Amino acid sequence: MELDLARWQFAITTVYHFLFVPVTIGLSAFVAGFHTAYLRSRNPAHLRLSKFLGKLFTINFALGLVTGIVQEFQFGMNWSDYSRFVGDIFGAPLAIEALLAFFLESTFLGLWIFGWGRIPEKLHVASIWIVHIGTLLSAYFILAANSFMQHPVGYRLNPQTGRAELTDFVAVLTNKVQLVTFPHTAFAAYLAGAALVLGVCMWHLHQRRVEDDLPMYRTGARIGAIVLLIAGAGVAISGDQQGKVMTEVQPVKMAAAEALYDTQKSAPFSIVTVSSLDGQQEKVAITVPKLLSFLGTGDFNGTIHGINDLERAYQQKYESDPLTRAQTYTPTLPLTYWSFRLMIGIGMSSMLVAVLALWTLRRGSSAPARARWWPWAAVGVTLMPVLGNAFGWIFTETGRQPWLVFGLFTTKSGVSPGVSAAEVATSLIAFTALYAVLAVIEVRLTLRYARAGAEPLKKPDESTADSDDDRLQFAY
Amino acid sequence: MELTTVWFVLIAVLWTGYFCLEGFDFGVGMLFPVLGRSEERRRVLLNTIGPVWDGNEVWLLTAGGATFAAFPHWYATLFSGFYLPLLLILLALIVRALGFEYRHKRNDDQWRRRWDAAIVVGSAVPAFLWGVAFTNIVRGVPIDADKEFTGSLLTLLNPIALLGGLATLTVFLLHGLLFVALKTDGEIRSDARALATRVGWVAAGLGVALLVILGSDRGGAASLTTSVLAAGALLAALASNARGREGWAFTGTFIGIALVVASLFLMLFPDVMPSSTNAAWSLTVDNAASSAKTLGIMTWVGVLFLPIVLLYQGFTYWTFRKRISTHHIPPATDERDWAPSGAGLR
Repeated sequence: MELDLARWQFAITTVYHFLFVPVTIGLSAFVAGFHTAYLRSRNPAHLRLSKFLGKLFTINFALGLVTGIVQEFQFGMNWSDYSRFVGDIFGAPLAIEALLAFFLESTFLGLWIFGWGRIPEKLHVASIWIVHIGTLLSAYFILAANSFMQHPVGYRLNPQTGRAELTDFVAVLTNKVQLVTFPHTAFAAYLAGAALVLGVCMWHLHQRRVEDDLPMYRTGARIGAIVLLIAGAGVAISGDQQGKVMTEVQPVKMAAAEALYDTQKSAPFSIVTVSSLDGQQEKVAITVPKLLSFLGTGDFNGTIHGINDLERAYQQKYESDPLTRAQTYTPTLPLTYWSFRLMIGIGMSSMLVAVLALWTLRRGSSAPARARWWPWAAVGVTLMPVLGNAFGWIFTETGRQPWLVFGLFTTKSGVSPGVSAAEVATSLIAFTALYAVLAVIEVRLTLRYARAGAEPLKKPDESTADSDDDRLQFAY
Repeated sequence: MELTTVWFVLIAVLWTGYFCLEGFDFGVGMLFPVLGRSEERRRVLLNTIGPVWDGNEVWLLTAGGATFAAFPHWYATLFSGFYLPLLLILLALIVRALGFEYRHKRNDDQWRRRWDAAIVVGSAVPAFLWGVAFTNIVRGVPIDADKEFTGSLLTLLNPIALLGGLATLTVFLLHGLLFVALKTDGEIRSDARALATRVGWVAAGLGVALLVILGSDRGGAASLTTSVLAAGALLAALASNARGREGWAFTGTFIGIALVVASLFLMLFPDVMPSSTNAAWSLTVDNAASSAKTLGIMTWVGVLFLPIVLLYQGFTYWTFRKRISTHHIPPATDERDWAPSGAGLR
């Protein structure tokens, strides 16, 4: 009971946190990019876009920030035995993330938000770039911690204490899983940021409310679409590499992604299945022959190990030790099977919208985005990568079950022994209720500012017209 | 010095940074209903900490992460044991931070009133509960042979811990008042100074009482020295405030809080969480620590990067050093001021 509640809590708080993180990482690059462009071009449209996206960025950043505080402490609250077991290795990247990344992000975002008219322009632009670098550093260290859970390296088990101890920190930071996961996650974050820029600008191009603003939104949409396509390609390539590493270090996750029960050469990949996934009956599915083998091994004739074989092998290997004993070593199949497809399908659909956008924005088309469905496509393209990111993490984390640290430590051994089910239920309800309210507030605020569009720049004579004016250019 | 001792000191430094910096943020937040009698005054209060509050809070995240890395058992026992108070702190920090960041996003009185409530409650709850938590940590709580906390919420809400909570609440209130006096100008500045005089004696009294009670239990020569110095610093802050020396007054509470934290950690050492069930089951710097390898790496990271953090964080304080008063505050705006109306050009 306590275990289930603790898992639900971690799932809810973490998936929720990660709805905001990719947008934050991706969008900060656009805010910084347009601010830099303004510095060079002095084109007011670039400054307006930077400020406009900056407002959407800060609304999102705030929620990513506050839900991130919970992340720092909930390992100790609900997963104290896990914290004891792995703190030696897992705690270090977390602490480094705070020291290197969070301080940079928070301090320099403060400088950027309040810096208008108060700090030199170049420093101002540098501040938002530093925020962006901070978000990437943060991603790197937290993914290094997560990669250890997928594929533990650089440690030894201390037989006296029963704890994992660090032997090679460089190995932890350059884990082969980490080296493919970080690019995949970073590209997915740029995809999410670019999709938001594209969606918002296309919406305004369709609405055509201010004639003079159309070239500005056109610039934004075109850059958004191009970055989206590049990032999408990056997601696909890094995802492909990730599949191969996963097949090597967590073969059961690859088998679970396809619900492949029997070891097979030239294994097919099913796009959708209408039958059950329990392996009792033949799958009724639309399949692409040999594709799973290629995704997993890079060879259309490669062997993919099936769940049945792997389950037998894992039982033999792990059943003797209480830390690694589990009822089954296979993750929940419908969850892994569908989240894998939704990740790819929804995430990649955004690229289609980007192609359509580039077509309608092509040179010579004087009135882009005339079709009635463009507002829907604009909203859709904004949401797709966010959902794709979420499904990717749901796949990666549920596909690791029953393990917390793959092959080393099961999820059920990690839960806090001293915390009662009632306490976990209390915090689960509290966080879920609060997060739900905050989601409504955040989405409505984002929509308000997104719909309002880029704020016109104040004319310089307006600010000097007031006599004895020592008002701040910007204040909360 | 042994690495475990180095990390005990570093974690004390991180908590010191947190309480000295976010302490005045808590104070400013709690002062909204008192000093912020008009909308413009509330915005003055908010803007004194607007650019810096988030950086201040990162000290907490770093303290949490560093405890996880350096003393995993401390992290595990503390946060699973103090579950419900920590939950309340987290919820409070969430709504408070969003109050800071969302309040100005809409020019709407009801919207602002709601976030004001979030800021006040979200500041008061952690200001109180951190005192409760640290009093319990120093005095010891029931911990069994497996390093598990065996008490309940009521164990934590004992009278002395509640006194500790009141002490931190009032000291942070004083710290916030002196910060406002230092960072604002006009009526709000003189109001803050006058109120600091009245709150100051209560805060100093409670703070000293807490140090005496804890010191009589777990004190030594070193913690006695820092406790006396802490009391001296708090009194010097009050004296400076009375004479209108705002910079010195704020420095006084800043150093006073740092010395209080130093006293608490000196009383703890070499324990990190004493067990009231059996002294042999206490968590200590040795039995709660990570391997020497982790501590060694983390020492390098800390020694290299903490000074850099201090430099750039100091730079933002320098950048936003000017006093703010109501006439600096621009009119409230929101997106409706520029949102184009109508159906568009179609």
